[in-house]
Amino acid sequence: MTTFLLRRLALVLPTLFFVSVLIFGLQQLLPGDPALALAGEDRDPGVVAFLRQKYHLDEPLPVRYLLWVEGVLAGDLGESIRIKRPVRDLVLEKLPVTGELATLAIVIALSIGLPMGIVAAVKNGSAIDHAATMAALWGRSIPNFWLGILLILLFSVEWGLLPASGFVSPAESLTRNLATLIMPAFVLGNAIAAVMMRHTRSAMLEVLNSDYIRTARAKGLRESRVVLHHALRNALVPVITLGALEFGELLSGAVLTEQVFTIPGFGKLIVDAVFNRDYAVVQGVVLCTALAFILLNLVADIAYVLVNPRLRG
Amino acid sequence: MINWRIFIAVCLFGSTLVAGAAAAQTLRIGLADDPDILDPTQARTFSGRIVFAALCDKLFDIGPELEIVPQLATGWEWTDDNKGLIVRVRSGVKFHDGEPFNAAAVKFSIERHLTMPGSNRKAEISAVSGVEVIDDRTVKLVLSAPYAPLLAQLTDRAGMVVSPKAAQAAGETFGSHPVCAGPFKFVERVAQDRIVVERFADYWDNDKIKLDRIVYLPIPDSTVRLANLQSGGLDMIERVAATDLEAVRKDRRLKLLGITGLGYTGITINLANGERSRTPLGQDARVRQALELSIDRAALNQVVFNGEFQPGNQWVPPTNPYYVKELPIPTRDIAKAKALLAAAGAANPVVELMAVNNPEFLQAAQVIQAMAKESGFDIRIKATEFASSLELAVKGDFEAYQIGWSGRTDLDGNIYNFVSCKAPPALNTGRYCNQDVDLELEAARTVGAPDERLAHYRNVAKHTIEDLPIIYLWHNKWLWAFSTKLSGFAPSPDGLIRPQGLQLK
Repeated sequence: MTTFLLRRLALVLPTLFFVSVLIFGLQQLLPGDPALALAGEDRDPGVVAFLRQKYHLDEPLPVRYLLWVEGVLAGDLGESIRIKRPVRDLVLEKLPVTGELATLAIVIALSIGLPMGIVAAVKNGSAIDHAATMAALWGRSIPNFWLGILLILLFSVEWGLLPASGFVSPAESLTRNLATLIMPAFVLGNAIAAVMMRHTRSAMLEVLNSDYIRTARAKGLRESRVVLHHALRNALVPVITLGALEFGELLSGAVLTEQVFTIPGFGKLIVDAVFNRDYAVVQGVVLCTALAFILLNLVADIAYVLVNPRLRG
Repeated sequence: MINWRIFIAVCLFGSTLVAGAAAAQTLRIGLADDPDILDPTQARTFSGRIVFAALCDKLFDIGPELEIVPQLATGWEWTDDNKGLIVRVRSGVKFHDGEPFNAAAVKFSIERHLTMPGSNRKAEISAVSGVEVIDDRTVKLVLSAPYAPLLAQLTDRAGMVVSPKAAQAAGETFGSHPVCAGPFKFVERVAQDRIVVERFADYWDNDKIKLDRIVYLPIPDSTVRLANLQSGGLDMIERVAATDLEAVRKDRRLKLLGITGLGYTGITINLANGERSRTPLGQDARVRQALELSIDRAALNQVVFNGEFQPGNQWVPPTNPYYVKELPIPTRDIAKAKALLAAAGAANPVVELMAVNNPEFLQAAQVIQAMAKESGFDIRIKATEFASSLELAVKGDFEAYQIGWSGRTDLDGNIYNFVSCKAPPALNTGRYCNQDVDLELEAARTVGAPDERLAHYRNVAKHTIEDLPIIYLWHNKWLWAFSTKLSGFAPSPDGLIRPQGLQLK
């Protein structure tokens, strides 16, 4: 297990280096002069020149990359040119918001997708199976922004039950926090639940047809114990992979959903930063989410091994 | 279905009560975008100015008819040579940190605007060469040359006075916790989420302040902004989309108010900015005149903005006292346009029109494309993201560029930097230069009497309407929707939401 962990950890640094080069390089392909974009409507030549010099925008690309890496290694992700705040503070401010939204979305996805997948597999070919498959297809095909707007119109405008957008910290009020997050979390969780249901169903079908399940049934075990204790544990491996990947994606910012519900998380931060050519913010946020993604993959790898010891070799 | 709804209602009952109680004391305003840094010296966004209206009082303000009225000042006078502005300032005013407001604080703020690296105010008041404190209540702004628009500049961020003590202590990060002398003091800001300000108990004009708190919530999507207003999550929204007006008007819980703004949208033509200016449109004024005659501005306004905006052909709207009435909006004349094109030897000119890729701008470009086709123009629309379009425009990589300007209180801010030979290249992107126009623009800056200024601008208009470096199209209307519970709101042409007089039932 230790060797396995060390091997995985050794891959983190080169991956991060590759990601950092990619973020930096790709960003330079964006058309538009950041100094012009950030100098405001007046585009005062003095301000444009000041911004170029202060944020090293007039330096060659490799120099700018090295300056940035030097800062990152010292724990400084740079400063937002637009609102003049350290990117590290912005990341720390947004991380709990996106983290909570992503967690809620995954909880919703698991609560819907897992039971649906199990039932669909156990009742393979039945009306329930078809209904579950149809529901999954619907969940996956429906665009997030459309579902979001629909929920807002229904639950906020029409019935006045939930706030249409915004975010309230759980420290301020837990009920209002959940009220603001439930719709966006459902929109995100709904799409993931669909995929999760399909994966659980196919993994369960495969396991339910295996010899050891037949043996368990022959031994006279109750069906619920066969399904939930013996079959589900083995079927969980692909579901864990999927869950970890989806969670990582959510952490990198549910861009459209955060925009529609005005959730001040990573997605909204990065979109605004791209439009304003606030390069330091884009670089800092993408680097942090890439790190989160890599770590989540590592967690998924460890979880596989714990669930299925055959993978330890 | 009904049981399910009741269940959710019960679950959220407590939270709704809590939210309702908080809202009774607080005005929640939905902004169309997130303000940038809240430092009057460094700030540049329009939405930031809305927040500053609550935080930072200015030396002067504007009235409903754009007249200049004192705010932190009590009076002013020009020196005989018009190279000095003497301002008397109010007594008994305190900054949010308890420090006294006086002439020294005015000197500090003006000098900060002029000297801070990266200041966005420097160009606005660059005519100021020095600031002298005459006594505790009087300050003199010394100018290098007469500059009539100075007073108007001081009605905006350049006229905001910050607490010297707080500004010196915070340095560049002053905008993270601004300390001014406005009716509300800064409480907190969560980037892209909210800015909270609360009533300043020692405000000099406290009788006019009825609210306890204002929360500004940036919600860029206009549909979501309106949904929040309709669901009671907001009390007021600004920049209502023209497409949402019907929904607002139908809702009896909402009020709608609007006023024509100070800005404009037009087509800037590349006349002398690099190779791409070498087109019939860039080189022959007759082709530009033909393009203008092809456009029916009233129809354009009707199709794209439901007739809500104000068509225009000058840098100020027809309702502005400085609009040159002798040069009204020309009526569409296809025959004349064709004749002009024939005379110019370009019967079917191909024109690439760069338009910022927002829905309304693109729709306007398409309407112009269709209208101009009847005269023989082949307009090819190039939809471009805003930041990219700016870079292309400055580089001269465009033929025609449809872009807006938010407008300034003094009309000099709407014209000088776009057509003067001395204008910054990032604004006069078409590189229009006409010495006669420059003489008139400079002269208009040195005289204070409105009639004299109008005479100079009339001469400017005669040239620019013939040369057409910019084909002006329309003037935006500021539109606000708000709950009927809110009273005391007075629309202003600068689009700001002043908290004075606002009250929630």
